[in-house]
Amino acid sequence: MKFEPVIGLEIHAEIQTHTKMFCGCNADHTSLSDPNILICPVCTGLPGAMPVLNKKAVDLSILVGLALNCNINKTNIFARKNYFYPDLPKGYQISQYDMPVASNGWLDILEDSMESKQRVRIRRVHLEEDTAKLTHHENYSLIDFNRAGVPLLEIVSEPDMHSVEAVLSYANKIKTYLRYLGVNSGDMEKGILRFEANISVRPYGCQELYTRTEIKNLNSFRSMAQAINYEIDRQINCYDNGETIPQETLGWDELKGKTYSQRGKEEAHDYRYFPEPDIPPVQIDRSWVEMISSHMPELPDAKNQRFIDQYGLSIQETRSLTSEKDIADFFERTALLSSSPVRTIYNWLMGDFTRQINERKINYQAIPVTPENFAQLLDLFSSKVINDFTTKEILIEMFNSNKNVLDIVSEKGLHQISDADILAGIIERILSENPGQVKQYQAGKESLYQWFMGQVSRETKGKSDPQVVQRLLTEKLKVQ
Amino acid sequence: MELSNLSVRKAHEMLVNKQISSVELTSAVLENIRRLDPKIKAYLTVTETHALEQALKADIRLNAKENITPLTGIPYALKDCLSTRGIRTTCGSKILDGYVPQFNATVVEELDKSGAVLLGKNNMDEFGMGSSCENSAFFNTHNPWKLDRVPGGSSGGSAASVASGLSLFALGEDTGGSIRMPAGFCNIVGLKPTYGRVSRYGHIGLVSSFDCIGPLTQDVYDCALVLQTIAGKDSMDGTSLPASVPAYTSSLGKSIKGLRLGIPEEYFQAGMDEGVEITIQEAIRVYEKLGMQICEVSLPHTQAALPVYYLILFAEASANLARFDGTRFGYSSNHNFENVVDLLIQSRQEGFGEEVKRRIMLGTYVLSSGYYDAYYLKAQKVRTLIIEDFKSAFEICDVILAPTCPTTAFKIGEKKQDPLTMYLSDIYVVATNPAGVPALSLPCGFSEGLPVGMQLIGNHLSEELLFQIGYAYQAETEWHKIHPPII
Repeated sequence: MKFEPVIGLEIHAEIQTHTKMFCGCNADHTSLSDPNILICPVCTGLPGAMPVLNKKAVDLSILVGLALNCNINKTNIFARKNYFYPDLPKGYQISQYDMPVASNGWLDILEDSMESKQRVRIRRVHLEEDTAKLTHHENYSLIDFNRAGVPLLEIVSEPDMHSVEAVLSYANKIKTYLRYLGVNSGDMEKGILRFEANISVRPYGCQELYTRTEIKNLNSFRSMAQAINYEIDRQINCYDNGETIPQETLGWDELKGKTYSQRGKEEAHDYRYFPEPDIPPVQIDRSWVEMISSHMPELPDAKNQRFIDQYGLSIQETRSLTSEKDIADFFERTALLSSSPVRTIYNWLMGDFTRQINERKINYQAIPVTPENFAQLLDLFSSKVINDFTTKEILIEMFNSNKNVLDIVSEKGLHQISDADILAGIIERILSENPGQVKQYQAGKESLYQWFMGQVSRETKGKSDPQVVQRLLTEKLKVQ
Repeated sequence: MELSNLSVRKAHEMLVNKQISSVELTSAVLENIRRLDPKIKAYLTVTETHALEQALKADIRLNAKENITPLTGIPYALKDCLSTRGIRTTCGSKILDGYVPQFNATVVEELDKSGAVLLGKNNMDEFGMGSSCENSAFFNTHNPWKLDRVPGGSSGGSAASVASGLSLFALGEDTGGSIRMPAGFCNIVGLKPTYGRVSRYGHIGLVSSFDCIGPLTQDVYDCALVLQTIAGKDSMDGTSLPASVPAYTSSLGKSIKGLRLGIPEEYFQAGMDEGVEITIQEAIRVYEKLGMQICEVSLPHTQAALPVYYLILFAEASANLARFDGTRFGYSSNHNFENVVDLLIQSRQEGFGEEVKRRIMLGTYVLSSGYYDAYYLKAQKVRTLIIEDFKSAFEICDVILAPTCPTTAFKIGEKKQDPLTMYLSDIYVVATNPAGVPALSLPCGFSEGLPVGMQLIGNHLSEELLFQIGYAYQAETEWHKIHPPII
């Protein structure tokens, strides 16, 4: 029998606010080496400490809800999710239960293997606090509370995906969205983004849902893909062998490449949710939503369409540009400043420029080259002042030294010719080869001056010293 | 000079007029504690050195005539559920044995700023769970009027200390009568403010949606002074109210003629001791004489108040007490454990007392899936009806008068084995907490040598009116000036 996988995804995304969700502690825990330094009575759950809600975290969850086409719920109630574990200092996690920030949304995904859009429904988006971090050692475990109380967004999809490719496409798109919205950096290694997948399979054509299993703590796209593939195969094998699938929570063993049972349905936690009495209900009225909505950046889908219309790029090309907001912005800024053809900008940006970023493992926010400089470089290239080879050389130097184009050219004397005798000879030859232009200039068409300058540049392959050329040219044009 | 049972107001006058210094006053009260507290046992911790240091600082302020507040140099006590930086805070529980907070509760911070002098921390029922102080993990507190009687609870240590001159005022905490009930048993004044009027930050919470910190004082005037200092919005407590704080003492002495006093019929049905009822009726007559209009009101869901109160209490308390797990602070079981979860279970088993464990189990039960709707959710719905009861009543009257407790102070041990009877002693005080309204308990007479308290219940944020009406009564009567024979 042929089986169809049915997959839903829960995504946990840390929200990178300045401070934690319920206290004034710095929330940037990922760049630290020392444990337990960003802590206070509130995020370590000391007796008598009380949570006060971080408005910025609510703002950003509204933004995500809107971007994912959700309804923003007017009344937001925080709830206590009760369970005992050493990484949970209060003995309950402050989360949301039946009144989340946002619900009933959707996101269109496009799988590479198919050109038609596929819609994944978003069940809910809610806000909760992250737990502390446990590290297990041979005879003991250590707790680091730096992460405790960092705001966390949980985005829950409906089981609308039917292949690993669709799941990856959806997860990638959510990751891109979160970066666009300034929610987080999407850095998987730092655990800023974590996944849980629920999986079932059913005979093709069947509409009812079969028993599902849930795989917890998938911390990379790779392990998510492996785990889901493994689990689909395992379930199909079970059915093929006439076995049934028990509803259970699974872990993923990275080394063995297998899922394993963590707990069955009977051992499922009863979290005893109830409304958090220390935080009054949060009313999100229309004006609040409108305020957030007015700060909505252009999202990838809209940007793709605009790039196609405005720059005449293909869908594949625009998608490669817009997958990173910083690259898309860099492209647009360069296009605005440069008189080079869009194609040239695109090719250089996605070619040598991106290669430099990748080789150097540079964060997009920390690119040393400005769009102004990049535009200048490409213009020299487009006007054939410098050739392909020199352009590459200068680009590398720009990444190396943080300097601007003209400085590099002059410093490296990128074969600039400053010798007055040589230049005088070249100028004289140009003038004698173009008597018509000389006459027009002398008759008052001064704009031709730049044209003569350009001719000298071309003749010297951009290596002439413009100041010397300027002096000599002025001189010679007068004499004749 | 007799320094016992000085009111805050009188002591302030003496301090400002240089008849006494804060160090002298504080030393005198500390001497009282040394002499009487072995019999009364109001204090879990006495902070003598700290107190004398604060008194000295207060004297400097008083001498310089700078930044003097009505509480500068006044020695006071705190219920031991209020966090004090550097001072042991136990909540009456073994599980907080050895716990020393790193921060002050906001109210403590405010009192510090005002220049008040902290004498120590008062005994209480463990985590506020009790009406007699018998649930303290440490010892019983005795009623200064009769030492074989309970002082009431859970702020029993605080009430006993104010009644017997072991502090000039105290801060207690009222989840379902825990300030008013012991105030009534000990012949002093106690206020449960409007929910959110006083910051809860640093109070080791029992029921987050009911808990109210409030003053225990000798008279209504002092109560207004203390509330003035501790009330107001706190950025550390999201549930504290933004409403501005009025000058509470300014309404004192104003006529109460024509104001309407509501008598809730449901509170005067069966169950009240005869001596209490006679005393309360007499108080109503005093108000009648003062020109108040007496009217009958009805609080039809009074019968439901106790179950609603306890169901919500069990639920919230079970979660609020989850953080006491033996891993970061307080008591930790010292067995050898295979894993951390065993440590956690054993520490809680050994650290919590019987009543606390009973309530945690009940709370866990009522929140469990399958029972949530029948218990917790139903209780929240009925809570809305109780709120409506008070709303309707306050359309007819300005304040409600009711007894604080159906009996006078009972004997130590009398009800300890019977939790349900113990719960019933809170029958008149619990409804105000789910409703969030303020209530002031004040002395109104004696029955068989033991004090009887009455409470004035007002609408939201009507503390000023409660003080005005309470003050008028105290201007007309002498009950609050009678002190226990032990001193």
